[in-house]
Amino acid sequence: MTAKRSTLKRKHLLGMAELSRTDITQILETAASIREINYRDIKKVPTLRGKTIINLFFENSTRTRTSFELAGKRMSADVVNISVASSSVAKGETLIDTMITLQAMNPDVVVVRHAEPGVHALLARHVDTAVVNAGDGGHEHPTQSLLDMLTIEDNLHRLNRKNFEGLVVAICGDVLHSRVARSNAIGLRTMGAQVRLVGPPTLMPRFAEEALGAPVFYDLDEGLAGAQVVMVLRLQLERMHAAFIPSVREYFKFWGLSRRRLACAAPGALVMHPGPVNRGVEISSELTDDPERTVILDQVANGLAIRMAVLYRLCSGRVVVEKEQMTTDATLKGEGP
Amino acid sequence: MNAEAGTLLIKGGRVIDPVRRFDATADLLLVAGKIEEIGRPDPPPGCPVIDATGLVVAPGLVDMHVHLREPGFEFKETIASGTRTAAAGGVTSVAAMANTNPVIDDPSVVGYILEKARAAGHANVFPIGALTRGLRGETLTEMGLLQKAGCVAFSDDGRPVMDSGVMRKALDYSRAFNALLIQHAEDLGLAARGCMNEGVVASRLGLPGIPAESEDIIVDRDIRLVSLTGGRYHVAHISTRGAVQAVAAARARGLPVSCEATPHHLALTDIAVGDYDTDAKMSPPLRGEVDRQALREGLAQGVVTVIASDHAPHDLDSKRVPFCQAANGVVGLETLLPITLELVAEGVVNLNAALAAITCNPAQLLGIDRGTLLPGRPADVVLFDANEAWTVDAARLHGMARNTCFHGRPVRGRVKVTILAGRIVYRDGD
Repeated sequence: MTAKRSTLKRKHLLGMAELSRTDITQILETAASIREINYRDIKKVPTLRGKTIINLFFENSTRTRTSFELAGKRMSADVVNISVASSSVAKGETLIDTMITLQAMNPDVVVVRHAEPGVHALLARHVDTAVVNAGDGGHEHPTQSLLDMLTIEDNLHRLNRKNFEGLVVAICGDVLHSRVARSNAIGLRTMGAQVRLVGPPTLMPRFAEEALGAPVFYDLDEGLAGAQVVMVLRLQLERMHAAFIPSVREYFKFWGLSRRRLACAAPGALVMHPGPVNRGVEISSELTDDPERTVILDQVANGLAIRMAVLYRLCSGRVVVEKEQMTTDATLKGEGP
Repeated sequence: MNAEAGTLLIKGGRVIDPVRRFDATADLLLVAGKIEEIGRPDPPPGCPVIDATGLVVAPGLVDMHVHLREPGFEFKETIASGTRTAAAGGVTSVAAMANTNPVIDDPSVVGYILEKARAAGHANVFPIGALTRGLRGETLTEMGLLQKAGCVAFSDDGRPVMDSGVMRKALDYSRAFNALLIQHAEDLGLAARGCMNEGVVASRLGLPGIPAESEDIIVDRDIRLVSLTGGRYHVAHISTRGAVQAVAAARARGLPVSCEATPHHLALTDIAVGDYDTDAKMSPPLRGEVDRQALREGLAQGVVTVIASDHAPHDLDSKRVPFCQAANGVVGLETLLPITLELVAEGVVNLNAALAAITCNPAQLLGIDRGTLLPGRPADVVLFDANEAWTVDAARLHGMARNTCFHGRPVRGRVKVTILAGRIVYRDGD
């Protein structure tokens, strides 16, 4: 196998903005069928044996990196983790040089996280290797959005819904700096959901309504009214130094989610959080630990399945993975070494 | 028998001299590097002749906002390469901004630049001195000495003078020398970490935005200070509706206030950033459609009297980085004329007014004897085909840098010959 495997069109995963409803549905279906692997006694299949996946993380992340790493390993891929502290970026190498150097070792997928918006668009212009966006600044985090959608899909019956059409989702908190909010607003709207954005004016993009197609609420109770899914965003505490909000206690008082505030939402509304949680800042500790309402750990579990599905899809070189192919695919079904 | 150097007869062209609204088919005679006569001149024996049939013959263009990068950033552009791309764009005079290294805040740097420009010989270079030492916005430069050394205006371009007290003193002191102060109007507190216009595109891309008000506020403030002091004030690369309105109001009151707009702010909006295209990143950023329209109306109404390229060359590595980390600026000397002619084709301004904005108007603001075909003036002339269609190709620009935001754009108006003091410095196809 050489890098010039041009007969199979490689596609990057740069953001939810590039995925159609069919694309999203197929990834969710693949993930739903693949995830039972994670509950086997021997959690490994040979599907991606001989494939190489590089996790290139310029920003600290435990859960996302671990999730991608396990996703690759459970499908027998060789997974290498590179973090900024130990890379030659610290020696002044440019981002593109780092990427070209890695490409020369012919990996199948490079998973990149970076603090700067648009990094993946830049890399995709300069390299051929499949690039997966694991978060680029305040822009997109597509696998987070996909895992959130899989989690919502698992709970649609609870919400008396068959699909995403018309589902009311409130995304609450620091929308301005949140790639999770952007990816979810775009992806959920593609799937037909009604998305609302809720948060203080200083943490809301000025043109959020036009850019993301979602109405904006500055009052949490109003934003929550009738919402069937409430996504709480993490508040990065360093934002306080930049004068976006005056204090944590004021933030929690007006925009923090608690059992009492949740009563404004639809009965049985689902509470989600991308983690890690700042307890008592954006969500009360009590609500965080309530398994009846919050699905935070399901999100983590589904994250693994989504990343397996995405890596499978990119490594197999198939733009579209059919469900039939998945269920009859011997390598995927086989018990791996 | 050979004619004297710098002697040339340009025959049969459409001669336009915007300053006196001259526009007629005529011959133009240049003798010994000076404009001799327009009409049916009697050329000296042996005088070389250029057939300009079908071409516009105009004063060599004057671009009052250019970054030549030398000294200090010769890996981006040099005085030689920058004036070469100027000549290819029909520009015979450039005003060179002070943000070099060392900064143009000392007469010795002015001398160095003038000497380099003379040696290169592609275009006239008129240095702009720094307004404050080291562009730090604190202490005034030696405006008088710098002016004597050859500086034609003063600016900290690239950054604003944020301290109102310093700006007041600069405007006040400049009156002693009738010096023009050029402001890069941007409230840095409001611009914060922004790297593109604060608009729908920034909200979608997740990029921190720079609101138009960051420019409006400084222009408003400065106009109050002009009112207080009477200093001559010019807004560089104006980009917002609010700033155009403020300049219009100030001019209506008779204040010595002027402004320039760049071809990119007149032609493009922040939509051009597209998928994080760093060649569409500059300061001030490409704005929204409302602002672009205001700039065009300002040009039509004589509020915006100058079009200047803000030619800002960068090496590839400065642009091949994440958007927020990329250097600000685009090259523009070779697209100044065709984009200006677009405005004529689109009916924004007539040809005379358009050419005035890139010839006599900036020359008058800078107090230089260029930008006109008046007899006795230096024979700086451009010959261009106003209708020839071509496509901007970054790889075929004549300077060192490739960072144009017009790559691939079909344009009309091609420079055929550029003449500096009667000497051909550029000819299309050579």
